[in-house]
Amino acid sequence: CTKDLDRKPFYDVTSASVYTDFKNYKSVLAKCYGALALTGQGSGDGNPDIGGVDVGYIRGWWQMQELTTDEAVIAWNDNYLLPLHQSDWTSQNLLIGAMYNRIMLQIMYSNEFLRNTTDEKLAANGITGADVETTHEFRAEARFLRAFAYWHGIDMYGKMPFITENDPVGAFFPKQGSRTELFNYIESELKAIENELPEPRTNEYPRVDRAAAWMLLAKLYLNAAVYTGTARYTDAITYCTKIINAGYSLEPTYQNLFLADNNLRTNEIIFTIPADAVNMKTYNGTTYLVHAPVGGNMDVKTFGIDGGWYGLRTTRPVVEQFAGTYTTDSRALFHSSGQNIDITTISNFADGYPITKWKNVTSTGAPGSDPAKVFVDTDFPMFRLSDAYLMYAEAVLRGGTGGSAAQAIEYVNLVRTRAFKGNTAGNITAGQLTLDFMIQERGREFMWEGQRRTDLIRFKKFSGSAYMWPWKGNVKEGKSFEEYRDVFPVPLSDLVANPNLTQNTGYN
Amino acid sequence: ITGRVLDDVGLPVPGTTIAVEGTSIAASTDGNGYYIIKNISNGTYNLKAQFIGFATQTLSVTVNNAATIVNFSLKQSATSLDEVVIVGYGTLRKTDVTGSISTVTTKDFNKGSVTNPEQLIAGKVAGVQVLSSGGAPGASTRILIRGGASLNASNDPLFVIDGVPVDNNGIAGLANPLSTINQQDIESITIQKDASAAAIYGNRASNGVVIITTKKGASGGNVKAEFNTLQSLSNKIGIVDVLNAQEYKYALGEYVKSGKGNPASLAYIGNANTNWQDAIYQQAFKTDNTVSFSGGVKWLPYRLSVGYLDEDGILKTSNFNRISGALNINPKFFNNHLSVNINIKGTLTKSRFANNGAIGAAIAFNPTQPVYAPNVYDASQPTSATNYHLGGYFEWVDPNGTPVLLATKNPLSMLLQEINTSKANRSLGNLQLDYKFHFLPELHANLNLGYDISESDGRDAFYPTLASVYATKGQLSYYWQDKKNKLMDFYLNYAKDLSAIQSHIDVTAGYSYQDWLRNTPGMVIKTNTNPDVVANPSKTQNTMISYFGRVNYSFKDRYALTATMRADGSSRFSKDNRWGYFPSAAFAWSVNKEAFLENSTTVSDLKLRLGYGKTGQQDIVSNDYPYLAKYNQSATGSLYPFGDTWYTMLRPDAYDENIKWEETSQYNIGLDYGFANNRIYGSIDYFIKKTNDLISVVAPPAGSNFKNLLTTNVGNIEAKGIEFNINVNALKTKNFNWSFNFNATHYDNKVTNLTLTGVDDPVGVPISTSFTGESLQYNTVGYAPFTYYVKKQLYGEDGKPLEGQYADLDGDGKGGGEGDFYHYKSYYPDVLLGFTNNLTFKKATLSFTLRSNLGGYNYNSIAAGTGNGSALAFANFLGNASGSIRDTRFLTNQQYSDIYVEKASFLRIDNANLVYNFGKVSNNLTLALQANVQNVFLISGYSGLDPEITNNGIDVNVYPRPRIYSVGVNVGF
Repeated sequence: CTKDLDRKPFYDVTSASVYTDFKNYKSVLAKCYGALALTGQGSGDGNPDIGGVDVGYIRGWWQMQELTTDEAVIAWNDNYLLPLHQSDWTSQNLLIGAMYNRIMLQIMYSNEFLRNTTDEKLAANGITGADVETTHEFRAEARFLRAFAYWHGIDMYGKMPFITENDPVGAFFPKQGSRTELFNYIESELKAIENELPEPRTNEYPRVDRAAAWMLLAKLYLNAAVYTGTARYTDAITYCTKIINAGYSLEPTYQNLFLADNNLRTNEIIFTIPADAVNMKTYNGTTYLVHAPVGGNMDVKTFGIDGGWYGLRTTRPVVEQFAGTYTTDSRALFHSSGQNIDITTISNFADGYPITKWKNVTSTGAPGSDPAKVFVDTDFPMFRLSDAYLMYAEAVLRGGTGGSAAQAIEYVNLVRTRAFKGNTAGNITAGQLTLDFMIQERGREFMWEGQRRTDLIRFKKFSGSAYMWPWKGNVKEGKSFEEYRDVFPVPLSDLVANPNLTQNTGYN
Repeated sequence: ITGRVLDDVGLPVPGTTIAVEGTSIAASTDGNGYYIIKNISNGTYNLKAQFIGFATQTLSVTVNNAATIVNFSLKQSATSLDEVVIVGYGTLRKTDVTGSISTVTTKDFNKGSVTNPEQLIAGKVAGVQVLSSGGAPGASTRILIRGGASLNASNDPLFVIDGVPVDNNGIAGLANPLSTINQQDIESITIQKDASAAAIYGNRASNGVVIITTKKGASGGNVKAEFNTLQSLSNKIGIVDVLNAQEYKYALGEYVKSGKGNPASLAYIGNANTNWQDAIYQQAFKTDNTVSFSGGVKWLPYRLSVGYLDEDGILKTSNFNRISGALNINPKFFNNHLSVNINIKGTLTKSRFANNGAIGAAIAFNPTQPVYAPNVYDASQPTSATNYHLGGYFEWVDPNGTPVLLATKNPLSMLLQEINTSKANRSLGNLQLDYKFHFLPELHANLNLGYDISESDGRDAFYPTLASVYATKGQLSYYWQDKKNKLMDFYLNYAKDLSAIQSHIDVTAGYSYQDWLRNTPGMVIKTNTNPDVVANPSKTQNTMISYFGRVNYSFKDRYALTATMRADGSSRFSKDNRWGYFPSAAFAWSVNKEAFLENSTTVSDLKLRLGYGKTGQQDIVSNDYPYLAKYNQSATGSLYPFGDTWYTMLRPDAYDENIKWEETSQYNIGLDYGFANNRIYGSIDYFIKKTNDLISVVAPPAGSNFKNLLTTNVGNIEAKGIEFNINVNALKTKNFNWSFNFNATHYDNKVTNLTLTGVDDPVGVPISTSFTGESLQYNTVGYAPFTYYVKKQLYGEDGKPLEGQYADLDGDGKGGGEGDFYHYKSYYPDVLLGFTNNLTFKKATLSFTLRSNLGGYNYNSIAAGTGNGSALAFANFLGNASGSIRDTRFLTNQQYSDIYVEKASFLRIDNANLVYNFGKVSNNLTLALQANVQNVFLISGYSGLDPEITNNGIDVNVYPRPRIYSVGVNVGF
């Protein structure tokens, strides 16, 4: 009876059998995408992808990008959130560790799909004809998702373990890729798949097309001086132009981009992380972004949710970016009633203004699809057209060639006009287009969209004393912190587990 | 022939076998020690009384047309040649035992209100910790033998019931799988502590083996009926210290004055003075009744018992109900050459689980608010609630009348508006055939066919008026499970006295096949508003095939040598790692039989034991296929859209193709002693336990596997310990006897390696304790498992803690940062003590057990979470604070302060029992009465409710153990 010792699972599929059935391919690709939006395989964050602290990819990334800046404070005293406000995070921070693992997991999922869908493997598994062509498209998307994760990796951590589909799974020590090495890898990958991805706006929702790859390249080039020390503004202009000419248009009503039916805004949104209250029950991403800033005397009904979480607010300088245009700029989405604009106690929800940008109601005011109003339908727009406009202008301002100042002004004013609901009263002149204006304009346009830390670093306003905001460095009036904090530390747990890794300077 | 069997202190010895030598007639004594053998023809016979732990006594009797009374007085002994000890796959003569084995029999069991078999031996055996998870009816209990050998694999011992190793992995809808065994059916519990004793069970034996033997029928004699009934009343002993309404109002005022609190919160204060903990507890009644019949219908000895237990918990609505039946028949055929032993046990249980969250809610609920809300809805009065749609209970509601999402919910409503019920039925049994060869009677062939099946289903119903499901207008969920385990063992045993060379040999060799199948259809959750949610079903199977052997050789009944070997093949591991080999060897020297002590009246027993063995642990929590690369399919509610279609996601799961069992090497040196004709006897053991290739959850290098935490073989753990045990018959007079057992255990365990690289992680591997995954405890090299990882509190000159001020351990100039955590204590106690006393005065016997654990530490999670100002008031509702705030005066949460890691040493009396034994009250009737108190007292400096908890030292919302008063009657016919 020793053959009885060869027990096999009843429901789970083994890796050997997954790739013999083509219909599984889309389900594997769905995980490469889905791990950005969902935290596990079960409803309501059940059966999680990672252990220990885990708030999901989007929520974790958002918290690291926003809570470290002027844009957000949170009332909760989770042990891993406080150091983000206090600018004293260490390599033991559990959220910094979780996000690092989330990024590596995205890369592993893509690698696994790529490893098992080479032409040789397809032939061996009996996949032929149109299925092979479709698989090639899937592969390009998996490579995009891997490049996207590596981009977050070098943006936040600098160095990351460098693995591709040629590495094994199991007991081995990945080598560490430097920021420049990984920058070059991301660039080469995106260029390689640029023409394998479908034409802009032709793929099914919410899969990526070449505009998403261009956008990622543009962002990579705009930040190249930070990542590698070598500026690439001209390349940034090249790719912004490609996007701008791809047939997208600004959504006329700004707030519509952040509502429960924002899946309809494909005119402006280039790459979106979907949400659905019925089929994607999670506390990751927009469920958090809609609930966490609600509290005080805010009416939960207008947010389409069951109740507020009394967490997120913003600081005074973020509100003051709208000085003089507070009532005319449609992006000035604050709740001030019953709130103090200054923050005396971070843990007191009444201190600081919540931002009312994210809602689980549709553009017609109807609530989202969850009758219990626990989960939300609001997608997270990762890349938007207005970002391409503003990046173009910034790249021109920073000396990139291939564009023009006149074009830059025009693009900025397209964004401004939309913000002022079609009114040109907010338009700026050529003389007003400065780098100081650009960081403020980006603050207004992308408030609470997870861009702030990257932007402040590029404008040299994150560490150091060039820019102070309340509670920077854990003092009320703001205090500078060290420049090495422009990247997060390599988590201690991985430093110990992998002898090939070295820590980022300053964190030793 | 009738009579009574008493021990040397005058206590009855139930379950003693009285055999008529030269015949197959035998009987066994009842609960009061009486036996009766009927229909025996005239003549002279030798009657042999035999019971584990006693020297066998043989008395001659002549029967001549009349009832003859033969009373036995058995002496406790470790020296009798004929006495046998139950071991894996058979028995061994006590003199031949070389390992560390402890047996507790019926007469020494803890009496009183006992629902689980484990509770029978709490405090009785050195090196064995019985941990109760709380006072819920039928609550789970854990046995920890010698501190456990594993980190992430199960630390539970292997349970073997009548030769069938049972599945102890839990049954859905049943708090404790062993609660399906009626303790009245248990004859003895044998614990194999060291590797040389346990190694015959191979890769399941690292945490020791507990062998439970149930009562059997005896042939000869009439039907004997025994009725046991016990009625109990339970009361809560204390409540968690929180602020009362008056204190609360003062504290909130101070908090607002400090500037941290929001003055607006004062408006939410109510006029009531509610003790929420009084509101959720009740006095609870328990009844436990067993009827048993035993005897022999000619050649067919049998025992049948039926039990009925119904137990209410002190937390309102909790209930456990059990109907149990056990049948044993053990006929012999072919002139006693073929022994047949059939055991069938069946249990029907019904549970109603109270929502334990009510315990935490009662601690955190605001004392100024009432239990019930006025029966009106008034939008202008946001704090007077809408009992209109919340069932009449006070709840915190928004101005629009919906319950506040984050607010603590009314604990009484959580109990009375949730109905969580389950049914679990279990049957286990076996057919054992033992054939003594006609041509070679020293050779036995033994076949054991066993099964263990269970079926359970449960339903959790939440009323639409329950605040937590107000949005979905109620909720109903269903779950199911069935388990089928089967066993086939076959072994040959050869035992022979080789008197020519003054030797005795006993050889066993066998084969075992065991298979476990678990099927859990997906749980369904229904609400009145949302579509049904159906979880993915799960079905798993694992199989073990084993070969085992044992050789026991003794010379001059003085020197005994045992060697065992087991080969286990487990389906949980890949072909290359499937087979494990687990040898053991042990030696014993009965010093007292040497010439220089043989005639000593002082030293009656002296035996030195040396043992070594290797055991394994393959119980990998929650995964039967850890070596296989698998893809997991996502469930409804976790899908991904492409276009208009929703796709299940296929996730590659982490796996380790080389995973195998973990391996424990154990050395044991022991000494059994007995003085003054064993008026004083006991043993002392020293052991070293080293576990290698621990099945641990560790962080693999990021990018090397599909999860940040991987179950793999990494690390070593080491434990050293000493166990001491003494039994003293201290006082022995005509009317008064006093005997006691004292046992003490000390052990030290620490992690000695926990990484693949060999480079130690100074912090270690976190053990998640909170819902967001934050960790208070770490497994770290150089420390005990589950060591706390906290910040070092600084104190002012007045001895009061300074809020938010911690020692600057990393020297960065800032105390209390992420680098200022340190490893501090663990829940493992240094010393375990047990002290059982038996006092007999004439027919009355008083017994009680004192138990003490010294040196363990708990994390008082309730004080940490709520012992500060921020727990008093939230944005739109109020809470309450732990009484610890009176001392600390903390304004904000300081959950990582080491002030909350508290010494959990204690001394307690678990059990005090008084029996009055009337003996024979008429010709056919015996009677005994008992009165019992459980949880008599507790002395501890610990500030929480009870220092003894199972949750690895994290004290949170534990169902308190009640004080139980019981009275019982035992009647024999």
